[in-house]
Amino acid sequence: MSLIPGVIASGISGHLGGNYYSIATQTLGSATSTITFSSIPSTYTHLQLRGIWQNTTSGNGYAAMTFNGVTTGNLYSGHVLYGNGSSAGSNTADGQNANLFFVGSSAQTSSMMTAGIIDILDYTNTNKNKTVKILYGYDTNGGTYTQELGLASGLFMSTNAISSLTLSLTQGTNFAQYSSFALYGVK
Amino acid sequence: MASASTYTPIATQTLATGASSVTFSSIPQTYTDLVISMNVAGTNTSYTGITIQAGNGSVLTSGYSQTALSGSGSAASSSRITSNANWNLNRVSGFSSDQFGAYIVNIMNYSNTSTYKTMLERTNITTGAGAGVEAIVGLLQSGSAINIITLSVSGMNFASGSTFTLYGIASA
Repeated sequence: MSLIPGVIASGISGHLGGNYYSIATQTLGSATSTITFSSIPSTYTHLQLRGIWQNTTSGNGYAAMTFNGVTTGNLYSGHVLYGNGSSAGSNTADGQNANLFFVGSSAQTSSMMTAGIIDILDYTNTNKNKTVKILYGYDTNGGTYTQELGLASGLFMSTNAISSLTLSLTQGTNFAQYSSFALYGVK
Repeated sequence: MASASTYTPIATQTLATGASSVTFSSIPQTYTDLVISMNVAGTNTSYTGITIQAGNGSVLTSGYSQTALSGSGSAASSSRITSNANWNLNRVSGFSSDQFGAYIVNIMNYSNTSTYKTMLERTNITTGAGAGVEAIVGLLQSGSAINIITLSVSGMNFASGSTFTLYGIASA
């Protein structure tokens, strides 16, 4: 029996407990080197950053995420478990000046975007250093530039509440047009 | 900054009897991302994974590719599928009532007509032959907004009790 069990959009049933809130979104109309979410309200328990992005340079690279404008002191560390389509691997980067995560190349095609979901836990807690959890991925249908799927962790060794978040590219180039980042608060 | 509650359930289906596919159609275009939360099992040992197709008006049957990272409990591996007819969640859940697998599928910027569509998925299965974890990034080479998604299995059914919920996340 071929059954399509009546799952249609008319079944809208309201909100999921009202625990997940949109804070701000930035969608790029043109290439931009730095994206900042500032004055992040402290009324949530966790933050989630969801987005699609791409760099404007020819080659894969990494985005750098910093908090509260802190770019010195080697306060950031991270680990990643990744797969590139043929093998799995893991890397670590301790004592950095940013949390790093993957960015696919616009040289593959301008329409293929890296996607990511970044959780920043207990961002207002002043008794803890801050931890980050990232799921990211980029697929090119077997194209020239490496596809990658990764699960990453990040540490920001600061007990200050996070009130701003900045994204840039380690290659010094730009996030491409149509890159889009949306910041949410979770109660 | 604006603040609006979101992560809204759009539709839910709990299977009272087995079904080979579930379709979400007429998906509203008022959200930024879609999330499908599934807790499913198959009905026999020929279960080869869940396929996902999406489109606008009707599902596309080409243009899909994916890269997967998988852990079986003893080893990690990565695989790739190119130029395919669907996305394939290839780590399978079990075949009985205590072997349901958890799948979370994120379809990012689904209504965006400027870019191809990217999907991020996580699978967690704790019992049965397919026990393990997996993450997948999928690419659909289509610039059209998505308003229909079909999830299916081949040669068998999703088991009774399988649940499928589609959520919409709207950004400010």
